[in-house]
Amino acid sequence: MGFTLSNQQQLLSKMATGNGHGENSPYFDGWKAYDSDPFHVTKNPNGVIQMGLAENEMCFDLIQEWVLNNPEASICTAAGVNEFKDIAIFQDYHGLPEFRNAVANFMGRVRGNRVTFDADRIVMSGGATGAHETIAFCLADPGDAFLVPVPYYPGFDRDLGWRTGVQLIPVACDSSNNFKVTRAALEAAYEKAQKANIRVKGLLITNPSNPLGTVLDRDTLRSLVTFINEKKIHLVCDEIYAATVFSQPSFISIAEIIEEDIECNRNLIHIVYSLSKDMGFPGFRVGIVYSYNDDVVNCARKMSSFGLVSTQTQHLIASMLSDNELVERFIAQSAKRLKARHMRFTMELAQVGTSCLKSNGGLFVWMDLRRLLKEQTFEAEMVLWHTIIHEVKLNVSPGSSFHCPEPGWFRVCFANMDDKTMEIALSRIRNFVAQYKEPIAPRKNNRYWQSNLRLSFQSRRMDDIMMSPCMMSPHSPIPQSPLVRAT
Amino acid sequence: MASSASKNSLLLSKIATNEKHGENSPYFNGWKAYDQNPFHPTENPEGVIQMGLAENQLSFDLVEEWIRKNPKASFCTAEGVEKFRSVANFQDYHGFPEFRQAIATFMSKARGGRVTFDPDRVVMSGGATGANELVMFCLADPGDAFLIPSPYYPAYYRDLGWRTGVQIVPVDCDSSNNFKITKEAVEAAYEKAKNNNIKVKGLIITNPSNPLGTTLDKDTLESLVTFINQKNIHLVCDEIYAATVFSSPKYTCITQVIQDMDCNPNLIHIVYSLSKDMGFPGLRVGIVYSYNDDVVNIGRKMSSFGLVSSQTQHMLASMLSDEDFVEKFLATSSKRLAKRHRVFTKGLEEVGISYLKSNAGLFCWMDLRRLLKDQTLDGEMVLWRVIVNEVKLNVSPGSSFKCVEPGWFRVCFANMDDDTVEVALKRIRALVGQEKKAQEQAQVKSTKKRWQSNLRLSFSSSTRRFEQEGVSVKSPHMMSPHSPMPHTPFVRAIT
Repeated sequence: MGFTLSNQQQLLSKMATGNGHGENSPYFDGWKAYDSDPFHVTKNPNGVIQMGLAENEMCFDLIQEWVLNNPEASICTAAGVNEFKDIAIFQDYHGLPEFRNAVANFMGRVRGNRVTFDADRIVMSGGATGAHETIAFCLADPGDAFLVPVPYYPGFDRDLGWRTGVQLIPVACDSSNNFKVTRAALEAAYEKAQKANIRVKGLLITNPSNPLGTVLDRDTLRSLVTFINEKKIHLVCDEIYAATVFSQPSFISIAEIIEEDIECNRNLIHIVYSLSKDMGFPGFRVGIVYSYNDDVVNCARKMSSFGLVSTQTQHLIASMLSDNELVERFIAQSAKRLKARHMRFTMELAQVGTSCLKSNGGLFVWMDLRRLLKEQTFEAEMVLWHTIIHEVKLNVSPGSSFHCPEPGWFRVCFANMDDKTMEIALSRIRNFVAQYKEPIAPRKNNRYWQSNLRLSFQSRRMDDIMMSPCMMSPHSPIPQSPLVRAT
Repeated sequence: MASSASKNSLLLSKIATNEKHGENSPYFNGWKAYDQNPFHPTENPEGVIQMGLAENQLSFDLVEEWIRKNPKASFCTAEGVEKFRSVANFQDYHGFPEFRQAIATFMSKARGGRVTFDPDRVVMSGGATGANELVMFCLADPGDAFLIPSPYYPAYYRDLGWRTGVQIVPVDCDSSNNFKITKEAVEAAYEKAKNNNIKVKGLIITNPSNPLGTTLDKDTLESLVTFINQKNIHLVCDEIYAATVFSSPKYTCITQVIQDMDCNPNLIHIVYSLSKDMGFPGLRVGIVYSYNDDVVNIGRKMSSFGLVSSQTQHMLASMLSDEDFVEKFLATSSKRLAKRHRVFTKGLEEVGISYLKSNAGLFCWMDLRRLLKDQTLDGEMVLWRVIVNEVKLNVSPGSSFKCVEPGWFRVCFANMDDDTVEVALKRIRALVGQEKKAQEQAQVKSTKKRWQSNLRLSFSSSTRRFEQEGVSVKSPHMMSPHSPMPHTPFVRAIT
């Protein structure tokens, strides 16, 4: 970070001089490889293909068409400019009522209208990033903890813990039962925290899961609700991938579970949402906190001043998501295209003996490359990862960046590219797997660690790796760490 | 806050259950009066006129004209839609380079081109609200303090301290020297904090000032820079009103000052926004500009919590890089503010109301001390209630800005059209004329009865004296909250 004087260090806060932002991690290097050699179908066909970014680019054609047919949705078209002033001066942290209504409408339809959402509980935030931080500020004091099943989104450490002082405690899950979240694992994590005198304030789940791409079944969800209810701790459900579910089993939202016959204090239930994944609009920073706890709604709403959604964007989204014809068409098409993409991907991989965790949602697959590891260690995983980046030229995300306890898993995103690029990616994987029938041994020469990348890799102890969160990606030409863009 | 059960509050954090968001304050009540009865020239000409919101609505015609002429700036037009996908997908916390460049250019032009700004130091935030909080997170630990000259923007209490744990140590200024900030006052506040074992990490100044509307002179700025440099503490300059300067003295910004001084640049930071200068508070364009590289880097990482919508970045990158437009806008805006200020202050002068001489901002710092029955905070509140409930003007009492002298009121004038200004001035004239009777009335009715929960304020027949006669007004745009829910001032940043 460039501290040349200890004087300088004292000038800043502890928060500013620590590593809570999560970007000082070895994974930085993989991204540099992409940055310095990005794939382009014509200009750089041998470049690194970006498969580390969970972005949804499958349905922009529908949106573009709608936008052209609905000029009044924008305050910058001839049809809409008469609203410019009213929109540009509106800064009420309740948000435009039509925006809240449209988001509530969308959320309900994404869940097949099996539940409805109350527009008055919709609270804005600076993306899901801001939503998670806000929730943590509302529910926990510095030093308190949230339980989080592994593997989990690397950005959670920063989002929930950096400026709040909240810690994350992993709940063990592994492939022996397809990474399901068990009551036993929850209890074990909770007990461990108690013994260490750490106050657990809640449980955070992501459903559908990132990086697994799976949905939680009804029994699991019910057992989670029972668990948090008994312990009197919160349940925060990140449902950011809700509309990316493309096949059975159905997505079951926490909103549905609490309407069932189950004992539950609703003051403990909170949903985090965003349009970044379902609609492919990460740039718009539409984060939503939806809580069943009135005090949390009130408090989060006051905090939303720190990250309101631009009214220009609220206005556009209000129009778009209150057009039920578009919404229904979008949800259906998006699922259809994701399904096709997923099927093509997994089938091709299966044909070369590479399996993925069976999944039905998300913008990625959870690929099992354990058999290619020389040893079942994280060091071997890193070696394999570097091979994939530098030889296969695919930027994928190693499981350890998601705090996965088992080495050898990789998250591979497939929804951020066109069909042609996907075929190229697949052929690279096919060739790679065919070549390396033997597990990948660590190389003696360090040709991957050349001067441009300025990497100095000593062998990393497992806990160093386990404690480094983060794997995210840049689009900017400025060399960056992965956290520049949330995955 | 719903006290549904004290049990419920145990579920939440300390931050969620303390009052540091600042909204549970007596000023809430004044806003309710406005909410319940907002002025409209035809539909509700007896309603309360909103003069408590520092908004700049004077130059939207120029913006709208530009938009019509530049369809490519939007990705929703036929000309611009090809950009939709790449813009919607762009979430890099560096922001679009064109956006940062356009902001840097705009900031420079707003300062008459006397200084330039480096686009690589432009960091986004969730409005100035987010910018102020972000700077605190970077510079101070919980329990640390920042010095702030009073009177100051009320929401600083929330923005700087709520979630950060930072405390505000006021440097009190008063009318004996036109509220100037003196080195002695700053030193005294610093020493006092030190003696109380409070660690001061910096000084925050708002220049141009809210609520005063004045700009700091070069000598004062230099002495403040010298002070912070000596103490090795930070200087955070909120320059959110930079382009609202409408008359002399010319604006001196911090960048200008440090260019000519021996100063550690690692201590200098600017907070900016387009909310006041352009009138775009809804677009949430907050900027942190620091001369400290580490603050830029960390601030940028923190900006993930409040990035500017890429849709808005894209539009503004176009608009603000149109130098002809920017120059025209700044000149026209300044001219119209000058005129509005002149009209308003002339109206005050005509009835012998004095005000602090000012050359910037969207408001006037009005001196109503002679109308107070008691030169106390209570006396100010009594007068304020009269102004809100009988005169029907929602103005902001000086105590909400932590002014140590009772009797000052901030009155905003840039959020209404010319005709509404006339109505407001008529009412002020009536206020002064009827001050004695109004005070008597207020005394009789100043019990808590006025502040009952259903808020049906009961007005005596004396209010008929304040009726307007046959004023035909065009329909202005009245700033009223869109939500039917009663709000506190913080619902919209109260300045």
